[in-house]
Amino acid sequence: MSTIQVQTPGLQTTVQDLGRNGFGPLGVSPSGAADPISLRLGNRLVGNVEDAAGLEMLLLGGTLVFPQGAILALAGSDFGAILDDLRIDVGTPLEVRPGQTIRLGPTRSGARCYLCVQGGIAVKAFLGSASTHILSGLGGFQGRALRKGDVLRIGSASKDFRRRTIAPRALEHLSPRKVLRVTAGPQVDWFSESSLRSFYAGIYRVGEQSNRMGLRLEGAAVAQQGARQMITEGVSLGAVQVPAGGTPIILFVEQQTTGGYPKIANVIAADIHRVGQLRPRDEIRFELVTCDEARSLLVEQENMLASPELILERGAWI
Amino acid sequence: MLCKQGGRRFDAGHVHPLSSWLTLGRSPLGESHVLYNSRSMQTRTTDAAQFQRASDQSLLVYLGQRITLEAHERVRKLLRLLERKPIAGVRNLNPAYCSILVSFDALKLNHRDLEEILRGYLDRLDATPIPKGRELQIPTCYGGEFGPDLHEVAALHGITPAQVIELHASVSYIVYFLGFVPGFAYLGELPEALATPRLDSPRRSTPPGSVGIAGKQTGVYPFATPGGWRLIGRTPIAMFRPGRKVVSLLSIGDRARFTPISAARFAAMEHA
Repeated sequence: MSTIQVQTPGLQTTVQDLGRNGFGPLGVSPSGAADPISLRLGNRLVGNVEDAAGLEMLLLGGTLVFPQGAILALAGSDFGAILDDLRIDVGTPLEVRPGQTIRLGPTRSGARCYLCVQGGIAVKAFLGSASTHILSGLGGFQGRALRKGDVLRIGSASKDFRRRTIAPRALEHLSPRKVLRVTAGPQVDWFSESSLRSFYAGIYRVGEQSNRMGLRLEGAAVAQQGARQMITEGVSLGAVQVPAGGTPIILFVEQQTTGGYPKIANVIAADIHRVGQLRPRDEIRFELVTCDEARSLLVEQENMLASPELILERGAWI
Repeated sequence: MLCKQGGRRFDAGHVHPLSSWLTLGRSPLGESHVLYNSRSMQTRTTDAAQFQRASDQSLLVYLGQRITLEAHERVRKLLRLLERKPIAGVRNLNPAYCSILVSFDALKLNHRDLEEILRGYLDRLDATPIPKGRELQIPTCYGGEFGPDLHEVAALHGITPAQVIELHASVSYIVYFLGFVPGFAYLGELPEALATPRLDSPRRSTPPGSVGIAGKQTGVYPFATPGGWRLIGRTPIAMFRPGRKVVSLLSIGDRARFTPISAARFAAMEHA
């Protein structure tokens, strides 16, 4: 059995797959990778199924030892990874020999880097998923972020190493984007035309207190018209809710499942992965699209991801 | 115009979903259109629900406009139908007081088709039986370190802490739904004499098992989360436990009653 030994954990390294759906009636949000596209690509680079569990690292990566070796790939943001003393690139699988160490540092681009190993990270599934739900301490590795001394198991794999890379146009698609596209939220009527104008014209800064539950934004406050009382209702992934103070919050993967604040907008499905790459102090703005446009963008993105030319095979490597 | 949504957004202008009752109809062209009407025009037909796009991959189905038993039962009925006969492409359901948020895979389903399918479900709502929920006891140690806000709640209402406990434990509460965090049950209604506003500034963390009240609701925090409800006691039993056959102690539609226990009993149960 192959393992990963955690020498230093990094800022917040968690086991994530593509999340657990279908437990809304229990109050359980899906959780899962904050940048699901990077996780999917990372898994494909090592020949895993797209929803295999990998490690999600936030802003600062850790130091990991592979006593039995592994085939792995990094995806998402560049954390300046080094294998023993060799620099390794994001988006290229490599074979780690037994006893080698990977060191990841602070990010040089977005918020999250994914480490995918062939065979996936093996943890006991909770409600059908390996994803860590940090707030409730459920799922993943003991329901928490990794700590020094943790030993993770790697799932069984064929050790079939193929040299693969991600097509440049896919990487271009994944490059950071500071404009989030949104559709109108269910309570958009609660906001005046002038509030909406300032919301869409304004620049918002991602607050320091942001996490997998939500991103707090700093910027122009959005005023509601009149004082209305919301009845608590289900909230969507990417909902932009506006509490009484008027500064918006984007609800994210580990979100509360229901809430009582009006939602002015909602980040579209095709841009959710970009939210996962936003760092504190990043500046963003919102662009309104229709649901039909949002769907076209999603279809386009999925077509790109499904394209056979996305992952370039370079044949077996000796 | 800033607030567009495929040209199909509710053209209700200043009329909000929750402040009026809207019925969706079908035009001869097959496009749904909105007949927004006053409450006096409201009919209790089975298809009287209102759809609202929440995002490009979710739809809110409103089954009432106020927190009532009737709306709650309609939510339970629709939830039961959707759980018994899942719609292909639907990923998740989030029931609440008078609505269900239906999240779907936008590559497999769109709002128009989902609304059409849901109309079929809504037609069967009245004929759908709902099972009687279980009645569960939540042993609770009130006051002291477990209920730091008990005295303040009593003072706010001009009654004694013992009366707060008596009132709180006198009701068989309905589990309206589970939401917020795993296993958090929204229980109601609190006796009018206990209706209390939230704390002005929420606690950064509430100990798991804390029993809180807010407005006319009460509930138990399953995990250490931030929280603005006033804490009057704590239960030693786990509201949500992964190892258990049924992970959540309470389910939508159950009833729950708080039974006062001593600190000694709390300690004994906690270590049981």
